Amino acid sequence: MELTRRNAILLGAGAVLASGLPALASTATDDAIDTFTGGAAVGEGDLKLTAPEIAENGNTVPIEVASSTAVEIMVLATGNPTPSVATFKFGSMAATRNASTRIRLAGTQDVVAIAKLEDGSFVQASSAVKVTIGGCGG
Amino acid sequence: MKYVTGAALASLLTTSLAFADPVDDTLILNEETDMITRTAAPAHLSDTLDEVMSGWLFRGTETRAMQADDFDNPGMIFVEQAQDSWMIAEGTEGKSCSSCHNDMDSMAGVKATYPKWNEEAGEVRTLQMQMNNCRTERMGAEAWGYDKTPAINMEAALSAVSRGLPVNVAIDGPAQSAWELGKELYYTRTGQLELSCANCHEDSYGMMIRADHLSQGQINGFPVYRLKNTKLNGVHSRFKGCVRDTRAETYKPGSAEFVALELYVASRGNGLSVEGPSIRN
Amino acid sequence: MASGVKPRVKVPKKAAAGDVITIKTLISHKMESGQRKDKEGNVIPRSIINRFTCDFNGENVVDIKLEPAISTNPFFEFEAKVPEAGEFQFTWYDDDGSVYEATKSIAIG
Repeated sequence: MELTRRNAILLGAGAVLASGLPALASTATDDAIDTFTGGAAVGEGDLKLTAPEIAENGNTVPIEVASSTAVEIMVLATGNPTPSVATFKFGSMAATRNASTRIRLAGTQDVVAIAKLEDGSFVQASSAVKVTIGGCGG
Repeated sequence: MKYVTGAALASLLTTSLAFADPVDDTLILNEETDMITRTAAPAHLSDTLDEVMSGWLFRGTETRAMQADDFDNPGMIFVEQAQDSWMIAEGTEGKSCSSCHNDMDSMAGVKATYPKWNEEAGEVRTLQMQMNNCRTERMGAEAWGYDKTPAINMEAALSAVSRGLPVNVAIDGPAQSAWELGKELYYTRTGQLELSCANCHEDSYGMMIRADHLSQGQINGFPVYRLKNTKLNGVHSRFKGCVRDTRAETYKPGSAEFVALELYVASRGNGLSVEGPSIRN
Repeated sequence: MASGVKPRVKVPKKAAAGDVITIKTLISHKMESGQRKDKEGNVIPRSIINRFTCDFNGENVVDIKLEPAISTNPFFEFEAKVPEAGEFQFTWYDDDGSVYEATKSIAIG
């Protein structure tokens, strides 16, 4: 192919599509999951993630994780500059494997929770959260 | 259907005229105090509005829940900081707030009546002005900057002990001229967008402005903890933000104009519960 | 120590032996993410609480690792067993090495 200006632009666009920001973000998410699971398979099951469908402000988004048998739960915000949010470890005095907190979301995205269960297996749950841009700066 | 006159406003409001009506919900504070979040409009508004509504009704489920419990309400962090400073002596007279006023609970009801005419000074004073008068005249301490952290935290603490009581500012007698000025400002269009307070908060509440709900602009919940900046915000700072958003030069927090506007806007919420520190976007 | 840090915890004063109780914690902290820039365009360095633990009579309830995506004034809610009277210990660990602590006793009855 003759390298014309037009072709160079097309090539550039292709490169962005291949390695653009969304792809990078999901790599960081995958890396975080791999580190947590040690590469084990992740299924679905005893884990619930509750988050608002629409968050009024990305600065303070309430979320809850709940499970019957989780020993550890990691929360990731897949669309944040760095996806890690928090990791909850439940000790012998924890009555349930439920916990709530408030998190920051850089924009509309999927929030993902991965739990390590008592039997050593891993499960995942996710929730899409729309983050609105407010009306008045005030 | 509300009739919108301003072309600029019409373009800001969503074209589909999506309504974001206030929710049908009741606010019970700490599972014990019933808060009045909607009530019949005060007499001076009877030609304009049937009902006045707290901004709480225009917020999302999670935000409303955050305000219903003092522990969940991050604004209470700052109330506790002010409760500590209430006890600390400052200035040349070696006095603290508590030297004269004892326990902060003794101030219950005060916030509900401010802004208020001060006979001795011959002026309408906001609560922050009165606090600063205590500081400079009785404590020999420096005045706090208007809406700055120590002042807004103390205003929130004084508001917190009045929560549940109805806003009840006087608009007649010596306060009337300031109230009239505030009313004039409320209906005066400002800035390149030529918007008055009324265009958004009287004519268009319940509609969306971009992705946000337009409330009636009631100030019974001030000071407010905003999710946006995670701190307490004062009424005058909110006024300033609104006026700036009309692309106008604004008055300053603590100015005579904003004091008058605070009195007028507070009077539009006479009958609603004092809610501050509330949680808003 | 970051300025103005103040822990708050909410624990019932008493419970029946074997009860499950809800605990809430809130600490005032900026949680500077390390993602923001100041007016001159310089990155504001990260300064967060990076770990929170709750123990009951020396046994762990929760041990939480916090990242910069936790909101300003970190809030947590979780549930604990109360087999006997005792004391809850709460500890927050700051990036700058500071440790903030709170304790709450609970009676049986």
